[in-house]
Amino acid sequence: MTEQKMTGQNQTDILPPDEEETVPGIQIHNLYKIFGPHPARYVQAVRDGMTKADLNRKHHHSLGLKDISTDLPAGRISVIMGLSGSGKSTLLRHINGLIMPTAGEVLIDGQDVAKMSPDELRTFRRHKTAMVFQKFALLPHRTVLENAVYGLDIQGIPRRDSTKRARHWIERVGLKGYEDRYPSQLSGGMQQRVGLARALTNDAPILLMDEAFSALDPLIRMDMQSVLLDLQKELGKTIVFITHDLDEALRLGDKIVILRAGEVSQQGTGEEIVLHPQNDYVRAFVKEVNRGRVVRLRSILRRKSPERDWPGLRLPGATTLEEAARRILDTSATEATVLSRGGEPRGVVTLSDVMENILTREDEI
Amino acid sequence: MASSCWGLPSLLCNAPELSGSTLRQMRRTIDTGFRDLVRAWSPWIDAVTAPLQKFLNGLESLFVNTPWIVVFVALLLAAYAASRSWKILIGTAIGLFGIGWFGLWQDAMITLSMVTVCTLIAVAIGLPIGILAARSDRAQRIISPVLDVMQTLPSFVYLIPVVVIFGIGKVPGMIAVVIYATPPMIRLTNLGIRLVDREVIEAADAFGSSERQKLWNVQLPLSLPTLMTGVNQTIMMSLSMVVVASMVGVGGLGRNVLQAINNQFFTMGFLNGFALVAIAIAFDRASQAFGRRLQRHSEVRDD
Repeated sequence: MTEQKMTGQNQTDILPPDEEETVPGIQIHNLYKIFGPHPARYVQAVRDGMTKADLNRKHHHSLGLKDISTDLPAGRISVIMGLSGSGKSTLLRHINGLIMPTAGEVLIDGQDVAKMSPDELRTFRRHKTAMVFQKFALLPHRTVLENAVYGLDIQGIPRRDSTKRARHWIERVGLKGYEDRYPSQLSGGMQQRVGLARALTNDAPILLMDEAFSALDPLIRMDMQSVLLDLQKELGKTIVFITHDLDEALRLGDKIVILRAGEVSQQGTGEEIVLHPQNDYVRAFVKEVNRGRVVRLRSILRRKSPERDWPGLRLPGATTLEEAARRILDTSATEATVLSRGGEPRGVVTLSDVMENILTREDEI
Repeated sequence: MASSCWGLPSLLCNAPELSGSTLRQMRRTIDTGFRDLVRAWSPWIDAVTAPLQKFLNGLESLFVNTPWIVVFVALLLAAYAASRSWKILIGTAIGLFGIGWFGLWQDAMITLSMVTVCTLIAVAIGLPIGILAARSDRAQRIISPVLDVMQTLPSFVYLIPVVVIFGIGKVPGMIAVVIYATPPMIRLTNLGIRLVDREVIEAADAFGSSERQKLWNVQLPLSLPTLMTGVNQTIMMSLSMVVVASMVGVGGLGRNVLQAINNQFFTMGFLNGFALVAIAIAFDRASQAFGRRLQRHSEVRDD
């Protein structure tokens, strides 16, 4: 009750978050995928509003994806999230043409993947994309090193060069010393590191990760997420990550696309989704999220009243609320200056703002 | 004819059949037609089979005329190279020595040369057909019933046209053996490739493999255990079929068995039979051990 009143009151002096500019790396426009013997026949019917259930019952075709449009930013991690059957893996496979759309386009560098000839597609896959799989999909008869050079073997690069590159990435994912082991000798976490090394050795600008960490134990999973985030800091690849876990999505994703039954339910940054869920489906997911770790200061800062000075404690806008609360308490202050991306003072937050936002529950809004 | 018709009319009691004269006429037409056709083509058939015949004779005399100790050592080395197992080596040595001791060395060599050639041909034919069947469902739908016929049709039956076309000798024998021994190779190649993990195939596609790269890097290596079972089955089929093939003039242990049947030579039959068994077991154990050795990577665990 009080929450509601306060949020309403304060709406005016809350500054909009200063979003950074991104360039779209992968553009998906009005994508439809229908599975069945004659998919093209039913696209128009689906466009005109035929439901998934009707399509299945009357025509025995299954609607995989319906009118998906999204821009996945270049050099960032985009997460496609959804439960099983939501079409997330299907969508991912459209990006490298493992599945072809029934209608719509997938543009990468201005080229439509759906219109590529088999030869073009093969070249595109060899040089532009690499993929990491849920169950690792390693070659059991090849050693770690031989698995890592697989993509380069396909490109016809001599082993002399390819092993050098592979050794570098094997070391980067923390498998130095395991080069000559076979996958069956490694634990699940280590096998997925091999999968990651194989994808990175390919040196492709786009990295597709299909539930890459879902088969791993929670601790190892956290560990792999850190590995990926660390690598991404210096690689700046366009990564598309599939998961059914919102926490993983929020931790990794610069942009999150939530799919439900083949349709986009909501898309945006993690904070946008947590702070402004657009429907009950997303709301149900967001309810259990630890907001203190997702929401950042830039989303809750206020204008400074002109008669006051900037508070002494200065925090970057990207600081999470949890971290900010700790910092403010540590300095026994009650408020802090929030910096813009450029490092300029942009607004202020008080400790109570931070705490309220951490403790807000979705069902109280 | 059927004496009790349970009071049914004749039409429902006795299976309807063509009249005797029509059947005779039909058989005669087909048989003479076939024979004439073969006669017309015989120069061609001879031209094709002559080099094959020569090759088979050459190989046979190579096996037979080489001093026994050389063949003996070569076979033992091959068995050891394939299996890396002393047990299999010693077993093979005892088997081969026993065959020589009971005076069957020469016949065993004839059989061995025949089995070697037939197995190689069966694998060379079966592997590509199996790959084709694995690649296309339509090919599988066509090939599968043909294999059913090849495997269930009594071997004596297809010996008839083979003999009509090629006469008596090693070539028709070889053809009969190959017809019998190829189906398992085709079936197991098809099965092996189809059983390869879908996700690994998808990974190969995702990295931009061509069909050929996918075949050599993924499908064949991953289906190798099944392929080796196919090779093993082909060897076993060839060995059992050389006895039947002896009816159309293939020499060796099979002919001895045939003679023993005709004359009720109990000891001779069993000695030759056991010689075949010894060769079969040696081949089987060595080829299986070889297949397992190729799969080393899946057996080793963390040390």
